[in-house]
Amino acid sequence: MRIFSAFLCGLIFGLGLVISGMTDTAKVLGFLDVLAIPKGTWDPTLLIVMAAALVVSTPGLLLAKRRLRPLFADAAAWPMRSAIDRPLLAGAALFGAGWGLVGLCPGPAIANLATLSPLVLLFVAAMIAGMAAHDVWRRGTAWGLDTTVAADG
Amino acid sequence: MAPFDPVSAAIGGALIGLAATLLMLLAGRIAGISGILGDLVDLATGDRPWRLAFVAGLIAAPLVLAAGGHGLRAPAMPGWGIVVVAGLLVGFGTRLGSGCTSGHGICGIARFSPRSVAATLTFMIVAMLAVAIMRHAL
Repeated sequence: MRIFSAFLCGLIFGLGLVISGMTDTAKVLGFLDVLAIPKGTWDPTLLIVMAAALVVSTPGLLLAKRRLRPLFADAAAWPMRSAIDRPLLAGAALFGAGWGLVGLCPGPAIANLATLSPLVLLFVAAMIAGMAAHDVWRRGTAWGLDTTVAADG
Repeated sequence: MAPFDPVSAAIGGALIGLAATLLMLLAGRIAGISGILGDLVDLATGDRPWRLAFVAGLIAAPLVLAAGGHGLRAPAMPGWGIVVVAGLLVGFGTRLGSGCTSGHGICGIARFSPRSVAATLTFMIVAMLAVAIMRHAL
C-alpha cells in the first residue's frame, strides 16, 4: 500500500505540473523574466501555482503533523534541520542558476521524460550526474555509509 | 508559449499541494522531488521502492493526460551545451541545498521553515538573474 500510495502521489503531482503549465519551460522562464513586468509580457503562472499549492499543503501538512503516524508507514520522516547555513544557500544558488538557464527543475524534468525529448533526457542524465557528483564529493565515495539527517525535500 | 490561464494554474497548483499532503499522510514522506530522485540514484541509500513508484507516477501523469486528449508536447529547450551545464547545476545544487522547488518551495514553506524560505528566495532570485542575463544582457 505504501508503494501504491507513492505512485498515486507521484501521479497527482505530475498531473498538477502538466495542468498548471509548469512542464512548459517557456511558461517557467516567462515567470522568471522579471524584466518583462514593465513591458506587460510577464507570465505570473508560477506564482499562482505555488500559492494554490501552499493553500492546500499548509493545512494538509499541519494535519499530517498532528497525526501520530502515517497510514502506510511506521513513522513520518520530517526534516529536522533548521540552520540557514552555507551549503543550503550555495546549493540553492547553484540550483537557481541551472533552473534559470533552461526552465526545468527536478519535478517537471522527470515528468517531461514522458515526451521522450532527447534534450530532456540529456538534462535528466546531467542532473543525476550532478547529484552523484555531489554525493561523491561530500563523502569521498558513492558507497559511503554516511546516512545523514533527512533532506528537506 | 501557451496563453496565461489562471484557472488551470490554480487547479494544477492545488493538485501539487494535495499530492504533497497525501504523501506525508499516507507514506510519511516529504514530497521533495530532488530528494526522492537523489536518494533513488544514491547507492548508499536504501528504501528505494516507494521512490521509484513516485517517479513512475510522475512520468505516467503526462501520458494519462495525453490519453485524455491533452496532448503531449516536448518543452522548448536550448542547445545541448546549456542543457548539460544546467542539468549538472540543478543536480549538484539541489543535493547541496537539500531541496528544490517542491521540497523547499512547497513543503518547506508550508511547514513555515525559515531554512526553506531562505532557500526558495535564493534560488528564485538567482534564477531571475540568470534569465535576465540570458535574455537581456547577452
